Amino acid sequence: MSTLTLGRGRVPAKYLPVLVTGCLFVAMFAAGGIRYEGFASGQVVLNVFIDNAFLLVVAIGLTFVILTGGIDLSVGSVVALSTMIAAALMEGPGWPPYLVIPLVLAVGSGLGLVMGYVVHAFDIQPFIVTLAGMFLARGLCYTIGTDSIPIADPAFTVFAQTRIDLFADLWISPSVVIAVVVVLVAAYVLHYTRFGRTVYAAGGNEQSALLMGLPVGRTKIAVYTISGFCSALGGLLLSFYMLSGYGLHAVGMELDAIAAVVIGGTLLTGGSGFLLGTVLGVLVLGLIQTIISFEGTLLSWWTKIFIGMLLFVFIVLQRLFSGGSRR
Amino acid sequence: MGEAAAVLTMKGICKRFPGVTALDGVDLRLLPGEVHALMGENGAGKSTLIKVLTGVYPADAGTVELGGATVAFGGPLEAQRAGISTVYQEVNLCANLSVAENILLGREPRRRGRIDWKRMRARAAELLSRLELSLDVSAPLSSCSLAVQQMVAIARAIDVDARVLILDEPTSSLDADEVAQLFRVLRRLKEQGIAILFVSHFLDQVYEISDRMTILRNGRLVGEYPTRELSPVRLVAKMIGQELAALERLHGEHKTFDRPLVEARGVGRAGAVEPFTLTVHEGEVVGLAGLLGSGRTEVARLLFGADHASTGEITVGGTPVSLRTPRAAMNHKIAFCSENRKEDGLIPDLTVRENIILALQATRGWTRPVPREQQDELVSRYVEALKISPPNPEQLVRNLSGGNQQKVVLARWLILAPRLLILDEPTRGIDVGAKAEIQRLVAQLSDGGMAVLFISAELEEVLRLSHKVEVLRDRRLVAELPNDDRLTTDVLMETIASGGRA
Repeated sequence: MSTLTLGRGRVPAKYLPVLVTGCLFVAMFAAGGIRYEGFASGQVVLNVFIDNAFLLVVAIGLTFVILTGGIDLSVGSVVALSTMIAAALMEGPGWPPYLVIPLVLAVGSGLGLVMGYVVHAFDIQPFIVTLAGMFLARGLCYTIGTDSIPIADPAFTVFAQTRIDLFADLWISPSVVIAVVVVLVAAYVLHYTRFGRTVYAAGGNEQSALLMGLPVGRTKIAVYTISGFCSALGGLLLSFYMLSGYGLHAVGMELDAIAAVVIGGTLLTGGSGFLLGTVLGVLVLGLIQTIISFEGTLLSWWTKIFIGMLLFVFIVLQRLFSGGSRR
Repeated sequence: MGEAAAVLTMKGICKRFPGVTALDGVDLRLLPGEVHALMGENGAGKSTLIKVLTGVYPADAGTVELGGATVAFGGPLEAQRAGISTVYQEVNLCANLSVAENILLGREPRRRGRIDWKRMRARAAELLSRLELSLDVSAPLSSCSLAVQQMVAIARAIDVDARVLILDEPTSSLDADEVAQLFRVLRRLKEQGIAILFVSHFLDQVYEISDRMTILRNGRLVGEYPTRELSPVRLVAKMIGQELAALERLHGEHKTFDRPLVEARGVGRAGAVEPFTLTVHEGEVVGLAGLLGSGRTEVARLLFGADHASTGEITVGGTPVSLRTPRAAMNHKIAFCSENRKEDGLIPDLTVRENIILALQATRGWTRPVPREQQDELVSRYVEALKISPPNPEQLVRNLSGGNQQKVVLARWLILAPRLLILDEPTRGIDVGAKAEIQRLVAQLSDGGMAVLFISAELEEVLRLSHKVEVLRDRRLVAELPNDDRLTTDVLMETIASGGRA
């Protein structure tokens, strides 16, 4: 079962999950357009991007980790820690953004590096290591402060309020530009570099990758570092968006990110998936929220119910695909 | 010596793992342009030797010389760079990636740091054409047959300028045509001057392809021989190692068996063992002989329902039964002592009593615990009957010697009063005294009417105990020999080597 026949020809099975997610997105958009007035506009899609740029960046980092067959539960906490460090340093000692931003990125990457090193060197389940990292980062937030710290730095506020106008009254925020750049760079790395292919190989069969002489250990450490970096970057984007740092930001966001990656068709066992899928996964999650806000009468918790149902469907789908190709 | 200089020489290699000496002073040399077979039973040290050679394990002693220079590799990658490529027993590739990637992963052609996919596909196709293969190199590896995957692994191995190609059981999952294709490829590589180290359990193939062979037994070097000068019988004898201990036969007078207990007709399982027909009568001890990997354990697992048969039917006491699970087999009073008592059989952290009572408890179901008094009584009876030492039912099993652990496994199944007891290598790795006791016990049990299927690598033992011997070879039941005066270990070895009645 390597290919499935579809209307316009044969599609390799590996693209199928992404295709399904893409179709789902289009269908949801069409359904929303029919049901709600003013829904079927380009800006609605762009708003999904604007509201979820930070989630997208985090989910991309997580995609690297999940492709190697690992998991990173610390991303949400690292996002919160990043907002907290940025806000505290700018509001307290009054550090300028050009010092704060590299520092935040370095802290996030450093945390990822340490977790990756522990996972690799001691051969410990990534779940446990990153769970520890999650508690650690969340706890560090409260050592900085227990309250929300507003950010009044002019550079940040300008960044937050800038609109980049596109054609025909459409606009995006600078965060979206950053997220898109991250997507493109990540896609290039995954597809066109040895490192990227080693990520896939390690996720496909770690033992084989080792025997093929690939630098599996280094790669594993690197993906957690990338995830940490992306979380920190996501945290910066969130602080642009919220203009505050707070220890309770991004609670449970790791789960949203995992959901986006899985809905995007990446196998949790590793080795199979595409960045485009993750982008679509984030878009689907964002669109669910948009639809629920258009509906108006539904509580926002319905978002979770829909996400839950979607996850079930996708995990069962994945099971069927992977079961088919392995037998 | 009039031969080309050896491209690779290993001398006096020793490797110890905790509690076991895997290699003890082993030598190996490979000449360019030859296929060299590395022979020995499982556990003889073949895989360890290969892993030492490729740097997976460091050697504790000994030297490796490649092209005259002493080398010590830190891992498979270093070995590969030096020209030693390995294709492992299980295809070690990434099924989620494309064929081309699997061949060139880690060595992808790049242009300005960017993988050049077009050139990569062309290079992969070219390498495969050297092996007379043409296939879609951008297809995922998972869409290829196992044989093609094996070829892909070889293509990967010869891409670097390989001087030595190691093939660890490359043919175990291939059919005859695929093996022929592989051998064509090997001959071609041989002509190019590559030294090939070939490991296989299939004697025919070794004789077909190899020029010389090195034989290992129990981690020691038996010798190096030109294939032409060593007959299969002598090869098998050297691999098994004859113990000339002439012990009396235990199966006593020749009895007639006329009450079939378990009959298997055309039972087989694709990829494990070809269909076989086998009848075990009440009170009969049936020996299964054959090299390790010849399908002995597979036969046992089919009869116990641990694997599903893909063809054929099994009858117990004349009625057809479906042995789909070990539980079903247990209901028909079939018991199975597995080869691997540590992993499959015993729970080392439970006591002797708990281990013995386990199977009985399982047949009763967890809601009806065996009363403690009954447990104590049963256990003490069997501890005494089997002379388990120390005779303390509350001793943890992990503290017992191998022989006594084996007796605990036996006791567990004997409590169930099985009609057919399958013993897979019950005496391996235990001392002589315990061995003799277990053998005597098997004889007693069969005198009492229990049928026993006895699997052992030691032919003397099989001969001593069995009423008839089934010979397996290359996953096929090739002969059934009544154990009479004419059957000797030599005859058995001849049968194992030639695949038919001598």
